[in-house]
Amino acid sequence: MAHLAAPAHADLQSIPALLARNADRLGNRPAYREKEFGIWQSWTWHEAAEEIRALALGMLVLGLKPGDHVAIIGRNRPAHYWSMVAAQMCGAIPVPLYQDAVAEEMAYVLGHCGARFVVCGDQEQVDKVLEVQSMPDAPRNVEQVLYTDKRGMRKYDHSHMNALSDVQAEGRAAETRLGEELDRLIAGLDYDSTCVMLYTSGTTGKPKGVVLSNRNIIETAKNTSEFDGLNHRDEVLAYLPMAWVGDFIFSMGQAMWTGFTVNCPESAATMMTDLREIGPTYFFAPPRVFEGQLTNVMIRMEDSGRVKKWLFDRYMKVANRVGPKLLDGKSVGFGDRLAYGLGKVFVYGPLKNTLGYSRIRVGYTAGEAIGPEIFDFYRSLGINLKQLYGQTEASVFITQQPDGEVRSDTVGVPSPGVEVKIAENGEVFYRSPGTFVEYFQNAESTASTKDAEGWVATGDAGFFEESSGHLRIIDRAKDVGKMADGSMFAPKYVENKLKFYPNILEAVVIGNGRDYCTAMINIDLNAVGNWAERNNIAYASYQELAGHPQVYATIKEHVEAVNASVAEDEMLAGCQIHRFLVLHKELDPDDGEMTRTRKVRRAVISDKFGDLVDALYDGSNSVYTETEVTYEDGRKGKIKATLRIEDVQVFGQAQAQKVAAE
Amino acid sequence: MTDIESNPLTGQPAPAEGYVTADGRQIGGVLMDLRNITLRFGGVEAIKNISFDVREGEIRAIIGPNGAGKSSMLNVISGFYVPQEGEVWFKGYKRGPMRPYEVARLGIARTFQNIALFDGMTVLDNIMTGRLNKTKSGFLSQALWWGAAEREEIANREQVERIIDFLEIQNIRKTPVGRLPYGLKKRVELARALAAEPQILLLDEPMAGMNVEEKEDMSRFVLDVNDEFGTTIVLIEHDMGVVMDLSDRVVVMDYGRKIGDGSPDEVRNNQEVIDAYLGVAHD
Repeated sequence: MAHLAAPAHADLQSIPALLARNADRLGNRPAYREKEFGIWQSWTWHEAAEEIRALALGMLVLGLKPGDHVAIIGRNRPAHYWSMVAAQMCGAIPVPLYQDAVAEEMAYVLGHCGARFVVCGDQEQVDKVLEVQSMPDAPRNVEQVLYTDKRGMRKYDHSHMNALSDVQAEGRAAETRLGEELDRLIAGLDYDSTCVMLYTSGTTGKPKGVVLSNRNIIETAKNTSEFDGLNHRDEVLAYLPMAWVGDFIFSMGQAMWTGFTVNCPESAATMMTDLREIGPTYFFAPPRVFEGQLTNVMIRMEDSGRVKKWLFDRYMKVANRVGPKLLDGKSVGFGDRLAYGLGKVFVYGPLKNTLGYSRIRVGYTAGEAIGPEIFDFYRSLGINLKQLYGQTEASVFITQQPDGEVRSDTVGVPSPGVEVKIAENGEVFYRSPGTFVEYFQNAESTASTKDAEGWVATGDAGFFEESSGHLRIIDRAKDVGKMADGSMFAPKYVENKLKFYPNILEAVVIGNGRDYCTAMINIDLNAVGNWAERNNIAYASYQELAGHPQVYATIKEHVEAVNASVAEDEMLAGCQIHRFLVLHKELDPDDGEMTRTRKVRRAVISDKFGDLVDALYDGSNSVYTETEVTYEDGRKGKIKATLRIEDVQVFGQAQAQKVAAE
Repeated sequence: MTDIESNPLTGQPAPAEGYVTADGRQIGGVLMDLRNITLRFGGVEAIKNISFDVREGEIRAIIGPNGAGKSSMLNVISGFYVPQEGEVWFKGYKRGPMRPYEVARLGIARTFQNIALFDGMTVLDNIMTGRLNKTKSGFLSQALWWGAAEREEIANREQVERIIDFLEIQNIRKTPVGRLPYGLKKRVELARALAAEPQILLLDEPMAGMNVEEKEDMSRFVLDVNDEFGTTIVLIEHDMGVVMDLSDRVVVMDYGRKIGDGSPDEVRNNQEVIDAYLGVAHD
């Protein structure tokens, strides 16, 4: 079997160089697979290298020049990954874009990077690019449009448009004419040439183009592959947006470094089936994917027969107790081992197989906080699910959890080669080989994000846990404040804990500069409504249900449970919630209370619900309020309500302080 | 327009000149010609002396109020009903009385107003039934799944997979049809009809009962089928917006009579059509 020895670094300073090495040493192993027409088609490294070279030559024929930007818009397909490498070979810079972006969003990015070539997945993307080109004030920089899927394209004006397969055919024909020039361009690539440019989604202002060099990508891929022992026998499923830095690192950086196989699903809708068929050994998914799968399993178990249900419940209890310990290599009694073994035969094995997780060696989740129950569910089945913390500017990895040191509330230790420091105000800074070169044509933002010594501000506040040395992220740095007594106030940390309960849709924790924390809570109409139906509780409106005494009682239990969990943490014990109320309306982007991506706007809320905030702090038991709402058709109206305010038990240190104060 | 000069012996239709549509598609000569069709059920005349033609590559709509005889007309084309009077010419031949499966073999496939799929079978198996007419291997070979039968099934499956890909139903390939929502069932029906690689595709109310989004999807697929496979399409539809957007030429029927025939614009401004739709008292 082919083997990747420690490579000589000098000649592996670009993705095309890694490709050549893989074609040489892993020639007949599968590099890419894609399900098409119901069958997994595959390409070996040797074949992939040939396809990519043909594409690169074809791009040269069409006049691609070093330093040009090549935009790639489409779903995860081998041809799109090849286009990126082909562009790199020509000395150009691939810029993958989000395929679901509307034309207006695309217009900015296409204009900003000045892409001369655009590779489109299908007719839909071509149409968008043409629409952008015909906008009155759009920069008309796109000269060549290439497309992968020929469907519906026959009638288009092809004077500046080509099917990718035709470009490859022309490229093959031009081998003798342009082969040497291409080899020269490839040889010209080094560690400092740009590998890729990725646009950050940008919660504020325009998207910024993050320039990542070969050094950034290859060093990061190398370090992290070694961290998890990834090798050429691993399999990944490439299904996350190509414009996202994570996909580039996993499906391009690490795949090229280790030579593992990248599998592309048939379509977005078949992802779960394809996942099961491939059974990846290395897998990444945002928390919502894991959450959705767990919900599915639970619903199907509810519908299953009594014997199956009993078996499932019984062995999931065993798994919860024993599974994580076994995964972490801790000692487990013989009886438990036996029970877990049986559970593996009856429940865990078949379940993992159904989910497509039978072969997972390393799984990661990141992006947002994952509920501890969800996290523990997968780990108890014996799936090595871990967390990492990162961002585009770091080529993903800042911290990650080593095997055997996994918890749902930390994000792990600094990745190999990454230095992390915590500033005075709690903000996390990092410096690493993966740290981005610059924001494209935006020296100002570059300077304000990355200092002269290479430290980059993440915008997140966090701290290192002394006992374990793991980093814990608390909140966005700008939201972290101080309580009146000087202890740390981190609203999102508490809100996330509250939101892990299905009954709670949104929570807003208040307390910056105050003596104690309070909360305003939104119930989840689906979950609570379902519960009300099962318990024969009649209600006429959201407002009535939200104010129901039994709902209050349930929410109170949740808040107290959260308090108990917050109290365990010495630094954050002051963030326990002393009083809360359940809001009479759902927080809504239409009313300006949330952003379109459903992030709470604290300033708007504390202003708009000022009377409620006052009541939370003046000791009253109820408050009358009138709130303006915007209906979907744009009309405005008022909701009137009297809200009850509930006191909650607090625990430990904070409780003692409160008693002393009174 | 109805008298094409063709030679029934050679089967070569005279190149009756086609036309170019607004979106630049070249429409060919006459593919099917219906001449003076009259269909009676007992004393009821469902179709009264109707003539029109269908040209190669066009999308031809038949519209009209309820009970106008649209579905009967479609059934005449598909060979299910044999008209008492009149002639059906297809590819230059005058068609004698035929069984529906014989018509299907000639290259005419259809979908039904009320979905007619096998509920217990998967989407894939349902579409595979559309290939039945293309299957030639014998019973024994089929039973043993050996030699010709195996090769044929692989070829059929490949064709079916292309259609599945085309209609974007990969994710329900293995789902029993009975579990699918209505809009998707309609799409599966279209897929099965396409599996027969028809020259003329008859769609009986393809958008009935669909929501706006499903209608948009289906319209796109109808246009794509026409564009990509060059399939001639005859469709019955109630949604006027859809008809006017999709079709190249429209036949309007009312009480078994043809009251209009022409481009969507011509039909829209035809006084008789307006009366029929607004409901003027009949003699």
